[in-house]
Amino acid sequence: MTTANNGIAATKALAVTLDGVSFSYGEASFRFDVEFAAGRITAIMGPSGSGKSTLLNLVAGFESPGAGKVLIGGIDVGNAPPSARPVSMVFQENNLFAHLSVEDNVGLGRSPSLKLTADDQHAVAKALGRVGLAGKEKRLPRELSGGERQRVALARVLIRDRPVLLLDEPFASLGPALREDMLDLMAGIHTERRMTVLFVTHQPQDARRIGQQIAFVDEGRVAATGSAADFFDRAGPDAFRRYIGDRGGSVAG
Amino acid sequence: MCSVHSARDSRITAGVVVLAAITLLIGGAFASLALEGAHDLSGVASAFDSYLFRVARFTLWQAALSTLLSVVPALFVARALSRHPDFPGRRLILQLFTVPLALPAIVAALGILALYGRAGYLANILGKFGGGEWPGIYGLSGILVAHVFFNLPLATRLFLEALGTVPVDQWRLASQLGMDSRSAFRLIEWPALRAALPGVAGLVFMLCITSFTIVLTLGGGPAATTLEVAIYQALRFDFDPARAVILTFLQIVLTFVVVAMLTRLGANTVGDANLPVPPRRYLATSTTEAVFNAGLIVLALLFVAGPMAATVLAGLEADLARLAGEGAVRRATLTSAGLSFLSALLCVMLSLSLIAARRALALHRRAGSAMSLLEHAADTGAGFVLVVPPIVIGAGWFLVLRKITDVFAIAPVMVVAVNAVMAMPFAIRAVRPAYDAASERHERLCRALGISGWNRLRLVDWPSLRRPLATGFAFAMALSLGDLGVIALFGSDSVQTLPYLLLARMGSYRTADAAGLALLLGLVCLMLVIAADWLGREVKA
Repeated sequence: MTTANNGIAATKALAVTLDGVSFSYGEASFRFDVEFAAGRITAIMGPSGSGKSTLLNLVAGFESPGAGKVLIGGIDVGNAPPSARPVSMVFQENNLFAHLSVEDNVGLGRSPSLKLTADDQHAVAKALGRVGLAGKEKRLPRELSGGERQRVALARVLIRDRPVLLLDEPFASLGPALREDMLDLMAGIHTERRMTVLFVTHQPQDARRIGQQIAFVDEGRVAATGSAADFFDRAGPDAFRRYIGDRGGSVAG
Repeated sequence: MCSVHSARDSRITAGVVVLAAITLLIGGAFASLALEGAHDLSGVASAFDSYLFRVARFTLWQAALSTLLSVVPALFVARALSRHPDFPGRRLILQLFTVPLALPAIVAALGILALYGRAGYLANILGKFGGGEWPGIYGLSGILVAHVFFNLPLATRLFLEALGTVPVDQWRLASQLGMDSRSAFRLIEWPALRAALPGVAGLVFMLCITSFTIVLTLGGGPAATTLEVAIYQALRFDFDPARAVILTFLQIVLTFVVVAMLTRLGANTVGDANLPVPPRRYLATSTTEAVFNAGLIVLALLFVAGPMAATVLAGLEADLARLAGEGAVRRATLTSAGLSFLSALLCVMLSLSLIAARRALALHRRAGSAMSLLEHAADTGAGFVLVVPPIVIGAGWFLVLRKITDVFAIAPVMVVAVNAVMAMPFAIRAVRPAYDAASERHERLCRALGISGWNRLRLVDWPSLRRPLATGFAFAMALSLGDLGVIALFGSDSVQTLPYLLLARMGSYRTADAAGLALLLGLVCLMLVIAADWLGREVKA
């Protein structure tokens, strides 16, 4: 667990609040009432189709709520376009433009038209160094492994430097060892930047390794929230224990 | 799994027979052309004249211009349509854009003449703009308008499909990163379009280089003649076999060069008819851009819908009752219906045999081993017939048959055979996925229970293949019904199809009759293609 307070102070950590947010998509309807603590990593868990990704899309602005407010740092961002929100997001796949080099893909985080100053280029190189991709600046995404591609996406998160980070199963297609490396990288970045992280995952190990809080989403609602330690204890909510099954209880975190 | 097994599978035998028949049809035509040429070397040598080079040059020139005029506007129309997924009537517009695919070329040609011709609906307006009497659009301008009418909607749909391959996540990313319209075009849309561009342009170029009916009906005399039309004229009017041989040879070389280049570019030479699903809209567009895009879409819509509307209007003005009572019209309708039915039946049977053989060969091949020559042939053999224009096959057989029998009496056989083979790539596309999927499910069970041959076809394959086979059938029948390639060579007063009769009426300036026939032919073909589409869609659901 990386909960030490020896990183850069959380000067701009912002809480994320969904206040009576309702949303419907076809047959499915969702209603979210939840607050995510500023500067913490919250693992969002729950069955497939329960609304985890929808929740992230509402925060990012890819979906608009039918009613209710989405607040980031106390400010209603409900009508702001995605680019105007203090948010970065990493998807499971397709985070990179296939025809652009690694450094261009990261550079887009600074300038959406790729007009980069010398300072920007320096920042790109530094971010790539931080995620362990120094020397691979000129490669194309297809010349990278799956893990390296997600590292590029994290480098872009670094140079965008937004206080809220949304991760939608970003490491789901990676093998166990690689995933642990990525989780540690994530935890390291969080220690330095102190952003508010909402992290959708199906893996209890992920939640145990870096999750500080857990939000359990079930049937379009946030069914329970609490500290990770409590959740994985015997005292965790029943629905959550049924969801993770025996596996979650027995695998060491 | 072993060679004993593959020798016993009747599906492979049937496939070999089909491949042999196709080879005979195409190879026979080539052999006949080669013999004819060897027979008359001096005639061949004298056929290399300035006329030949002028025709070859014009063939390339009109194809290049048509491609440019179809593809470049299509890029922008596709982008406009993709930027506005909730544009009013978008679905309808896209469906309208599939209609030219179903329309026989001769019907479209008449529609274009009825609209832009010297006596067309727009002649007065166009004349005022031009200052003086509107001269009509015969010649290069007519050919270009017709080719753009066919290919602009096709290219637009293919580009729209290419834009549809951009993952939704990337649009989300673009909106999160705050890309403006220009950056999104440069960084997202253009790379997707650029990847599709060589294939689309190549396909359009190929279609224009082998276009026969349009050039025959809208081209004006020797100044606007392509190789295919020149072959037809050499055989039907000048009766100059040596010239026909040389023209055919040039046409084959030309198409093979184009197809070789296309294959290198990875183009899809059959084209697709799927309706692209509009992506969610994530990028904001400025008002100026929205107005510009809307204008572009409306212009393209008018251009495509205009000739169709003109076909309907002109057709309704004709004396339809008298036409329906006319003996020649009735005979041609019956001939067309009969020949296209037989052609579609043959096409579906040949296609199914080839599909089954390919699947059987793939199953018998040991995992990891390379495809045999036979499997390659069964896999891609049918695609090659697209490369050989019907007029070329027709010309080859015309030359050899005239020595043996009455060429005009053999017309029905030629029309059925050539049209069946020409429609095979489309039928195979309709049937193969369903066959392979069914085989995936039933193959082991059939072997365990010993169901094979006719019993298997009747009990196992037929129920799951009925609909895709009907799709292939309807499409093949529409293609055959509208075709003017082979019948133009072999047709006579005794054997006339509807397109042939239509051409004859146009030739004798009975424009109203021609318009009435065009309406009839267009409607029937359209209904067949709609039926094919509907049958194909139900299967997927």
